[in-house]
Amino acid sequence: MPFGLLKYGLSNDYPAERHFSPAGELKKHYDVVIIGAGGHGTGIAYHLAKDHGITNVAVLEKNYLGGGNTARNTAVIRSNYLTEEGVTFYRESVKLWQNLSNEFNFNVMMENRGQLTLAHSDAAIRSFRWRAEVNQHLGVRSELVDRQQMAELVPNLRMSEDARFPIIGGLWHADGATARHDVVAWGYAKGACQRGVELHQLTEVQDIEVTQGRVTAVLTNRGRVECGAVVQAVAGASSVVAKMAGIALPIHSYPLQAMVTQPYKPLLTPHVSSPHVHVYVHQTSRGEFVIGGGSDPYPLYNTRATLDQRESLSAAVLELFPFLAQARLLRQWAGITDMTPDYSPIMGLSPIENYYLDAGWGTWGFKATPICGVTMAELVATKRLPDIIAPFALERFYRFEQINEAGATAASH
Amino acid sequence: MKVLICPLNGPRNISEFIYGGEYHPNPDHIEASSREWAEYVFFHRNVAGIVTEWWCHSASSYWFLAERNTLTDEILRTFNTDEIFNCRVEFSSRSNSEVPSG
Repeated sequence: MPFGLLKYGLSNDYPAERHFSPAGELKKHYDVVIIGAGGHGTGIAYHLAKDHGITNVAVLEKNYLGGGNTARNTAVIRSNYLTEEGVTFYRESVKLWQNLSNEFNFNVMMENRGQLTLAHSDAAIRSFRWRAEVNQHLGVRSELVDRQQMAELVPNLRMSEDARFPIIGGLWHADGATARHDVVAWGYAKGACQRGVELHQLTEVQDIEVTQGRVTAVLTNRGRVECGAVVQAVAGASSVVAKMAGIALPIHSYPLQAMVTQPYKPLLTPHVSSPHVHVYVHQTSRGEFVIGGGSDPYPLYNTRATLDQRESLSAAVLELFPFLAQARLLRQWAGITDMTPDYSPIMGLSPIENYYLDAGWGTWGFKATPICGVTMAELVATKRLPDIIAPFALERFYRFEQINEAGATAASH
Repeated sequence: MKVLICPLNGPRNISEFIYGGEYHPNPDHIEASSREWAEYVFFHRNVAGIVTEWWCHSASSYWFLAERNTLTDEILRTFNTDEIFNCRVEFSSRSNSEVPSG
């Protein structure tokens, strides 16, 4: 490695490494077509190629690599959920996150900062105690903390008892982390392309051909592509794409807005969230405070930003960190969250034999990226459903076996 | 702030209203299978385009329907429920003699 670096430094033309396959013509047939080149889609492609040797794969993206909700989420990684199925799934994902930079040879800037969720009521304390017990039982670091411990963890959090909603306790999740979101899609896409997967950007799937219960081809703005199997990984457009294959999903799509301030010196280490005042905040390694909250009050397929939401996010974050009153906002944006009735994803098999779902990612998709890549690739390659994702099947809604994670969101939606 | 026209109260700020979900017809409450009930309760059309949906003016608890474009965030029309619910809906249960045994 040092010699490679020296050689590169002394060369005259600084040869740039090509990360992604050049955009060539679409082939007539692929073994697997993945719709959506975000973290999930490229992660599935990466593991199909790396773990299962399936490389005749196309990742079709209507826009550009990692330009959808992969770019729009607020990069929170945690596993302090409430159900056994949920905690186990996200715990395995958090473990994979820890090694992602090595896996990619690409720095995802994983930072284990911890997450502090605030309780402003006795009911919240009860639910946090429940979560802490479930988490500890399953090997996830979560514990109830009192006001003094909280003041030590986050010295500039406003702990005043005169606040409108005084903070009475918290749930400390030492495994909470953050990472640089774009790099996840780039890392997976690079590794997949090096192994022969084709990435086709500006290639929009407009219809899906289904014959006798099997998908035979996808129709794109660049022509028809035959395929052996299709995986949809299009957070924010899950219902729209599934409908092309004739599949209805239990999803409502809502925008979720977030905003960032100008950069400051490092002031805030953990991620702090308050389900009660509908806000969460952390400081990026660049120094900006990222402020997010609940989903919009009604469904929409439009990523516009509203003054109403900026007002409510600002009001809520000033309750917790009054010094931010001086901060100027740099940006405000929205992502589209595909909310399911139980706040858990819809993964795995669909009513169509060779059509696979990676959908319903609401506000919990980014943290699940690595485990989705591994498990969905295993399902597509081996046709065997990994135990860890079996509970998230679409069928659960017909069996009335929902996995209720509504109580474990960072900011209630 | 976005303004929504309530059929009862006229134009009001959208923050005074609560979104009440997509309008979709009830299944037959006697004949529907549990699969049909699951579809009715959980599955949504979630259309990217023009939808008909329930809204409630929370200050007056007045429920009505709206047509809205979910791509552009434009409210095209709001109207009273009697446009759709124009006859009595029967919720009577099966009489005892009709209930299948077992």
